[in-house]
Amino acid sequence: MAGAGGGGCPAGGNDFQWCFSQVKGAIDEDVAEADIISTVEFNYSGDLLATGDKGGRVVIFQREQENKSRPHSRGEYNVYSTFQSHEPEFDYLKSLEIEEKINKIRWLPQQNAAHFLLSTNDKTIKLWKISERDKRAEGYNLKDEDGRLRDPFRVTALRVPILKPMDLMVEASPRRIFANAHTYHINSISVNSDHETYLSADDLRINLWHLEITDRSFNIVDIKPANMEELTEVITAAEFHPHQCNVLVYSSSKGTVRLCDMRSSALCDRHSKFFEEPEDPSSRSFFSEIISSISDVKFSHSGRYMMTRDYLSVKVWDLNMESRPVETHQVHEYLRSKLCSLYENDCIFDKFECCWNGSDSAIMTGSYNNFFRMFDRNARRDVTLEASRENSKPRASLKPRKVCTGGKRKKDEISVDSLDFNKKILHTAWHPLENIIAVAATNNLYIFQDKIN
Amino acid sequence: MSQKQDEENPAEETGEEKQDTQEKEGILPERAEEAKLKAKYPSLGQKPGGSDFLMKRLQKGVSIISYLLLLESKGILGMKSIEQKYFDSGDYNMAKAKMKNKQLPSTGPDKNLVTGDHIPTPQDLPQRKSSLVTSKLAG
Repeated sequence: MAGAGGGGCPAGGNDFQWCFSQVKGAIDEDVAEADIISTVEFNYSGDLLATGDKGGRVVIFQREQENKSRPHSRGEYNVYSTFQSHEPEFDYLKSLEIEEKINKIRWLPQQNAAHFLLSTNDKTIKLWKISERDKRAEGYNLKDEDGRLRDPFRVTALRVPILKPMDLMVEASPRRIFANAHTYHINSISVNSDHETYLSADDLRINLWHLEITDRSFNIVDIKPANMEELTEVITAAEFHPHQCNVLVYSSSKGTVRLCDMRSSALCDRHSKFFEEPEDPSSRSFFSEIISSISDVKFSHSGRYMMTRDYLSVKVWDLNMESRPVETHQVHEYLRSKLCSLYENDCIFDKFECCWNGSDSAIMTGSYNNFFRMFDRNARRDVTLEASRENSKPRASLKPRKVCTGGKRKKDEISVDSLDFNKKILHTAWHPLENIIAVAATNNLYIFQDKIN
Repeated sequence: MSQKQDEENPAEETGEEKQDTQEKEGILPERAEEAKLKAKYPSLGQKPGGSDFLMKRLQKGVSIISYLLLLESKGILGMKSIEQKYFDSGDYNMAKAKMKNKQLPSTGPDKNLVTGDHIPTPQDLPQRKSSLVTSKLAG
């Protein structure tokens, strides 16, 4: 597999030259559980970048506009707003703690000056409105400037309050709370292309919501068997088609993807399409099913393809062909001979996400040791890069990394046994229009930009 | 674009076995790993994808009262982050105290002094958990 990331300009291929741009978060080795980033998402324009963490907090970064006096800060992301989205709860009926960890954030397309996003933990989805306030009214008649009510008898003259500029204040307020619709843990939310509805998926069910209505949701997929002993697979991810508001897909722990059309019936238990790659029965092992479990499914921006991430690979599927993927990219095949220890330390259950670039010509996913992988679909090249503080000089180019599996380790290579499995990159995001990527490495958020930018 | 795992097996096989190995290249590492696992945990179930496995994943808890038993079973089953189920909140709080070994949040004396015309704001209320502190990403 070709490993080079730079060098030579192939006709029509992306020649990315990724450079360090920014890193956010604390440097100290002792990572508080609450600071672990659990989701990263750009909004539709790419001007806003949202992160959610295990402590239930959301931090939104905004891209700086071009500024002639500070040319280097062009394109930098700085904190725009931060708020506590979810808090820990206790389910008294089941005696279970409900974690405040933000599982997913999804932006709504912008319709007015305010920004809206959906954030969810295991049980509750919330619609947040983020709005700016840069004016303040002064000169009220009935109250003083500090808010104290004036004695009405002392008011001798009337004046018209004037709007005066004030320091920009960004306010986040919860506008809707969609609760009590999931028995099991929510793993996905997806906004529909109709901009009115969205889906939420847990291990066994998918519900359809209207953004305005919080006391009702429709169940559209239910794979819970009548007898729980017959349970063989769970839903791992779900997403709406980017253009066809009646189409959704959901992936399973058995490595299959089902496409459902909401026009065919109200309850989409029967799929319209079933995507599964046939497995060679002679190669089956104890681990086969576990590593085939799909941890993420994402439609391409074009809506023609979708991508699935299982433990060792990323597959691109053509929606018109159910029998097998059109592309398979190995993420870290060298881990196949480490599956025993990865099962013991639970790493085999890690849920990696994947993402497309804006033009669908490249895909990205994370790995261990703070490595992440990028695949250029057109040029058929891939590269391994690392998010590390050691390589964090402004605009420093990222050097491709290589993992060696055999005995002879070349200089600059790292052997499989030296990989740090605690440093996992599960969440990455690609700017919808430009070559800017956000990579979450435990409690730090790295932003890289293409040099040509 | 399937990957051929040329690097998986060091060149230890003889000439005759080489062709055989090349056919099974994709299988050998996984099977070897499976054998390792079964050697360590002979009682491991045959069907890892079976209903028991998934049920535990769904419930994320077992109806055993002792937290110590739960830790033992985690070692054998290899399940990730099982949360304990408790039957009363007293047990729950006891276990939590043992687990995290932290004191119950204590509010300073001034925070308890709420006088008549002082309206408490969210900043005045006692901090329940450290996660109510601002994220370091925003720092």
